[in-house]
Parts: sequence; C-alpha cells; structure tokens
Amino acid sequence: MLRLSGFAASANIEESAPRSALRLMTSPTCPTPNPDHDAYLFRGNTSDPGCRWVVTFEEHQAVAEKLFSDRRLVVLPDYFSYLGEGDVVRFAPDRKAVRVLFRKEANANYFLLTERCNHLCLMCSQPPKDIDDRWLAKEILEVLPLLPATTPFLGITGGEPTLVGEDFFEILSCARDHLPSTPIHILSNGRTFKDRAFAQRYQAIGHRRLSVGIPIYSADPEVHDYVVQSKGAFDETIRGIMNLKAVGAEVEIRVVVHKQTYDGLADLSDFIFRNLTFVDHVTFMGLEITGFTRANMDKLWMDPYDYRNELRAAVQYLAAARINVSVYNHQLCLLDDSIHRFAKRSISDWKNEYVDECNGCAKRDGCGGFFSSSNLARSNHIRAFS
Amino acid sequence: MTRFAPASDFRRPVDDRYQLAYFRFSPLDDERYVLTNQAGEYLVLPRAVLASFVKHELPSTHPAYSRLRSRQFLFDASSNLGRDLLSLKVRTKAKRLENFTSLHIMVVSLRCEHSCPYCQVSRQSEDRSAFDMSEETAEKALALIFQSPSPAIKIEFQGGEPLLNFPLIQHVVRRAEQINQVAGRSLQFVITTNLAVVTDEILEFCRQHRILISTSLDGPAALHNANRPRPGKNSYELAVAGIHKARNALGHERVSALMTTTKASLSQVRTIIDEYVSLDFPGIFLRPLSPYGFAVKTKFYAAYDVDRWLDFYFEGLNYILDLNRNGVPFKEFYAATILTKMLTPFEPGYVDLMSPAGIGISAVVYNYDASVYASDEARMLAEMGDKTFLLGNVHENTYAEIFGADALLDPIEQSFAGSVPMCSECAYEPFCGSDPVFHTATHGDFVGLKTRSGFCNRNMSIFKRLIALMESDVATRELFLSWAN
Repeated sequence: MLRLSGFAASANIEESAPRSALRLMTSPTCPTPNPDHDAYLFRGNTSDPGCRWVVTFEEHQAVAEKLFSDRRLVVLPDYFSYLGEGDVVRFAPDRKAVRVLFRKEANANYFLLTERCNHLCLMCSQPPKDIDDRWLAKEILEVLPLLPATTPFLGITGGEPTLVGEDFFEILSCARDHLPSTPIHILSNGRTFKDRAFAQRYQAIGHRRLSVGIPIYSADPEVHDYVVQSKGAFDETIRGIMNLKAVGAEVEIRVVVHKQTYDGLADLSDFIFRNLTFVDHVTFMGLEITGFTRANMDKLWMDPYDYRNELRAAVQYLAAARINVSVYNHQLCLLDDSIHRFAKRSISDWKNEYVDECNGCAKRDGCGGFFSSSNLARSNHIRAFS
Repeated sequence: MTRFAPASDFRRPVDDRYQLAYFRFSPLDDERYVLTNQAGEYLVLPRAVLASFVKHELPSTHPAYSRLRSRQFLFDASSNLGRDLLSLKVRTKAKRLENFTSLHIMVVSLRCEHSCPYCQVSRQSEDRSAFDMSEETAEKALALIFQSPSPAIKIEFQGGEPLLNFPLIQHVVRRAEQINQVAGRSLQFVITTNLAVVTDEILEFCRQHRILISTSLDGPAALHNANRPRPGKNSYELAVAGIHKARNALGHERVSALMTTTKASLSQVRTIIDEYVSLDFPGIFLRPLSPYGFAVKTKFYAAYDVDRWLDFYFEGLNYILDLNRNGVPFKEFYAATILTKMLTPFEPGYVDLMSPAGIGISAVVYNYDASVYASDEARMLAEMGDKTFLLGNVHENTYAEIFGADALLDPIEQSFAGSVPMCSECAYEPFCGSDPVFHTATHGDFVGLKTRSGFCNRNMSIFKRLIALMESDVATRELFLSWAN
C-alpha cells in the first residue's frame, strides 16, 4: 500500500501561507514554470528549472537546504519517493501536512470534492462530515489545469459531489476545457438529478466523456433506503437516473454486494433490465473493509464465496439481456468460472494487494486482488489456480 | 459514534393499505396462476397467495410482496415511482406503432417451377403477362412504399418464385436505392426463393446490393422432396446447393431458411431440426401450417389438428433445449419472439403476434396484379375467393385511400385484443396478438370464438409451456433470455 499523506519539514514558508497544490517537475523543460504551482522535485542531481518551490526527500535535505536557500522548500518523508514528474501534491504550511492529489502513473485518480452527503450508507468508505469544505472545490479548480491532457481517467467523488452546487458545474466545465479527452467519472447517489433542470444543465456542460456511477442496492425501496439510511432515497435516485438518461447522459449503476443485498440481486437485475434498460453499465462491487463498514461488520460482512451463486445468476442474467455488466473488487477464486470474463481489475493501485495464497496462482495477472484493508476480513476460500 | 437506524425504521407505516394496480391473472396449471402487468411482466403465484393478495391481506413480510411491488402489481407508501415506471414501459412496448409500415412485400411473379401441394398461391404457367408484376405496377408500389413514415423500410420479394422475374427485382432495387438517396431510410431487401433457379449472376447482384436470401427447407431430403415436387424431383439438392452458393457469395448470416410443416413432418421433428443443425443454421422456426389457399383445398390443413401440431412443436422445443444443454447453441425462433415479449421491455413486431393487428400497419403486400393486401395471408385468402382484406389498387388509389381504407381499419379496431371478449381479461394477452385474417378464414369474422380458435389454443399452450419451463429451471430461463432480444 502506498501512503498518500503525511507530514513534511519546510523552509522559507510562513505558517500562515495558504495551502498550495504543487506540480512536480524534474527538469527545466519548456514552458516557463508556473510560479504558484510548479515545484522542482530534487533528487540530488541538479537540473533546476528555476521554480519558486522545491520539493525533496529527507535523504537530500541537507544538500537541498544549501542549494535552494532562497526557495520555498518542502522536505518529504522518504516513503514518498515514488513521486515523479507530473504528480501533484498539496502542502498545507500551517500543519505541514502533505497529501498526494494526483499520480501520473496511477491506474485511476480520484478527487474528493466534498465530505458532505445526504446518505449515511452502512458501508460508506468515506464517512460523511457536515462541514464547510468548499475549499476542496477551489483546489480542484486549481489542479485540473496542471494535469496532462493525456490523463487516461479521472474520478470525482465525495461525499455527494452534486451537493456543492455551482462549483460542481464549474469543475466539469474546467475539465471540459483542460481535459477534453479524459473520461471523467462521477460517483453520485443520483438524487440531485431528480430535478430535470439540474440534469439538463449537467448534460449541457458538453464534456464528451462524462459519466455518473450511481448505486442501487435493491429493487425493494425499503431495503435500499435502509442501506443508505435515508427514507425516500430510492425514489429520488431512480428518478435521477431516468432524468440523466432522458437528457442523454452516460450512467453506470453500482451495486455493492453484502449481507443486506445479496439475496435481492436476482430481483434487482430484473428491475434494472425491465425499468432501466437504457443504462450504460452495471457493476457489482465487493465490500471494502474501511470507513463505516468496520462499524457494521455484523450487518454487512459475509464470505463472498457464500454469495457466488447469486452473483453469478445476476451477472449472467444481465449479460443475456445484452447489458454491459462488470464485477469489481472480487478475487477470481471466489467467482464462478462462468463469470470470470466480467471481472475487472478495479482496485486503485495504491491500495491493491495480493496475499500469500496468490503466490503461484496461474490467474494472478488477470485478478483484481484485494483491498489493503482485506486483512480485517477475508474469504476462507482463497486459493491459487494451477 | 455514528448511530445507524434499524431496517424497521424504513418500512412503510403498519397501517398503510396497498393499492392493487391494474393486472390480469389466468391459471397456469391446477395450483398456480400467472399474473401479468400492463407492460407484460409476469409473476407466477400459488392460488392461495394470489387470493390473499387481491383481498389486500398479503403481509409485507411475504416474499411475494416485494416482487409484486417492484413489478408494479401493487402500489404502497414506500414508493411513488410505480405509475411512472409502468407508463414508461407501456410507451416503450407501443413505440413501434408510431413508425407504421416497415415490411413491404412485393409479389413480383406468381409463376413457379415447383408444384407444392400445400402452396397457397403459385401457378404453373409460362404466361409472363398474366402472372408477372409489370414495371409500371412496381413503380406505383415503390411510390407508396416511400410514403410510409417508417424510418426502416424492408422490401421483400415474394412469389411464386420471384427469381423467375429477376429483371423486375433488379429494376425495383435500383429504383428504390435511387429514391432512398433523398428519402434516407434504413433500406433493406430480401428475396424469398426456393433457390432452384439461382445463378452466379443473380448472387453477384445480391452481393452488390446487400440483398438477404430467405429460402425454404422442410427437412431432410425425403421429406423435403415429397413436400416440394418439381421436375427432376431434386428440390432438396438444389436448395442445399443454393444455400452453400449463396452463403459463399453473400456471407453465412445473410441466408436464412424457413420450413413448412405438413402431416408428414409431424413424426420427424428431430430429423428436421438435425437437418438445420447440420447445415449450420442458428435456429429454426417450427411453423404451423396456415389455413389458406391450396392448403385447405387439398385437405392438408384438416389433416391434423392443433393438438397434434403442439405435440410436434413441444417435442421439437425439448429437443432443441437438449441440444443447448449439450453445448449446441440453437434457437426456436417462434419461442424467441414470444420470449422477447415476456422477458424484455421491447416489442419484437412480429406481424402475427401484434395487437393492434400488424396487418397493413406493420406489413403490407403489393400483389403482382397491382392489388394491395393487408398481409401475405390476406392475399392467400383472396386466392380462395375472399377479398375482405383487399385494400386497393396501386394504379387507382392514393396512399391515404389504401391505408385509411375501412377494409384495414375495421378489422384492426374490431380485433384489438385489449377489448376483445376473452382476450381482454387474459393474463397472456401481453404476449399474444390479434389475427383478424386467420379468424376470418376459420370463423368468418375478425374476432372469432376464442374457445374454438386454433390461434388461441396454439398460442396459449405455448405461453404456458414456456413459463412452466422457466419456472422449473433457472438455466432454461437464462437460455431463454439469451434467445429473446
């Protein structure tokens, strides 16, 4: 597991200075460095592009302090040494806190747009906070123009991203202008889109590769509302999906499979096909043992091996119905052979791991592996394919 | 520490009384009932559960309750989406109607070199002027075809043996393509032919113009040749050679085959299917024999009743299911059409299983002699002397006169299954259709008496069997879903 946050030492930066998003540069390439956002990543060999900011690691601290005595210097712990050209980090001078916002080499980069949410899902991996965090949106607006136009994927997550209102549209407009060919995937509960005008405004942004992933946990409104802990959520989410499709937006339905949802998968698949035929993708996701899931293990956790028949039937049903269907976050040894072809390597690389049983597994390269958090609960049926 | 509310907090109020949505129910067997909603979704319930459901006594905790709600058989306080979802699905099912006529059949010649006893219409004749369509008639027909609002136009050349008047086919194809440069429809051509007289030149023309071939194959050689006599007694050999030749020229998928069921077929459904499998067809349409034309005159139709045909059909269906279980993917196309209605949000638009009836508004026939008929069966009925479904003449009538004719609108309106006695309350109605031409031929009116209708008996039996098969076996349901769509 890669550590994406930590604390740094610094020099020539006042504690009261604002937090900054810094894009790392390793050589003096054209164009001229952005004085506010470009930082020279110093690894011992000087090819200084003349940035006002310099970022280095503890092992080079002494040299850096001598060479760059007039610059704003940030010294990172050595475990950040995976950082490279084009990556973006946030530095908050008051707490000397560092967070990696973007890694050029990552299989997926997600931006957290807000921690506010109108759901309180039993298995939320990012427990919501009712705070004013509008600065997050402003930061994303600063960072998007710093990213390479070739960025292969960008996710926007929360909290519930649509709750930030105007900033939501501004960020999408910014992505349209700076990252026109990057697929942008928004994770939303879809409820805000129950307002047709909101859906129309979203679609009118005009980014060609925009999509929304929206969870539905059951065809039964009472079960869905319980899982997300909000009465009336099911109706608003379905209306949101219908509005999004009515305006021509791309929609993925995400189903997290656990103890509260596995026995409803057949009815849910049927409901999706008969009522929401027009969705673009349906994904079945495995549980990540983090956030609220840890507090609700008794209500949520079951060995994925024990729901493999329900999952197989749901996937095959949707596939037969010609709906684009995928399985995320599951290990191949827990899935029925017949649905291996729908399994995707979906776990973000920084928290993706394999376990001892995986050594020597013939299918390891095609398997999504585990979340780092899987050491808290793991199937009893993990085995290597020969 | 965040507090989570228990599931009970999200249930509807205990005093909430559910409302019954509009739905229909019919017995499936002695214990079970089939329920269908307005969009054609079905549920199978034991009689006792159905009874407690309609009496408003079904508790939310019953496993059927949630299914009835998510399929909009009932509405309650937990959701207000039901009506909107249902109306969206009904609109989707009916969407095809707004496109109007898409299949346009042109009978370019009644002449044929075969003399099949069951054939409804063909003539043994050298007299081209009497039984071939003229260029003038074809031009008029084309003008009518492109007045159809349908974004997709399929022109099917029929006979007789249409290849005996191939120059007219060439003319029509070229003219239609020319017209379509402005009209901009999705245009497709099909030739229905026995392939006995096909040549490389004909196939080259078909290749250039992306024309599909639909041929006749009744089964193995002995059966096929007995059914389809021609000089030389080699109909089968010519058909098989023609299929291979046409596939080579046009592509495997562009050649399809249809079988006709006769009395001799009834005992050999497996060998008929085997013939289709060995010729590498993706499926077969196990067709009933129609009650029209020579088929009636020669007593072929009376020779077996619907029940015997159903035995034949179900034996074939079981055999095809076995093939699939043994790894040979193969479909029965009639079942596939019905399953599309049962298992998907879509309407397949099969002319004989539509309500309102598909006559005229889904498919129409321009006969060799310039007369316009409401369907292929309608012109066969006319050959028997009953011109009930003659809509007009391409030289004498306008588009509005033909498609607004009482001869078309009356049967469509009167036979609409949603208002016909015994159909309107039938749970299987969403899967069925109305066939005013069949009932005119057999009962003398557009509606017919359903208790004695071969159409009703045949289709009801198939609906029940398909549902029973899916209820008894999940794998069959999955296979059937892959046939649908």
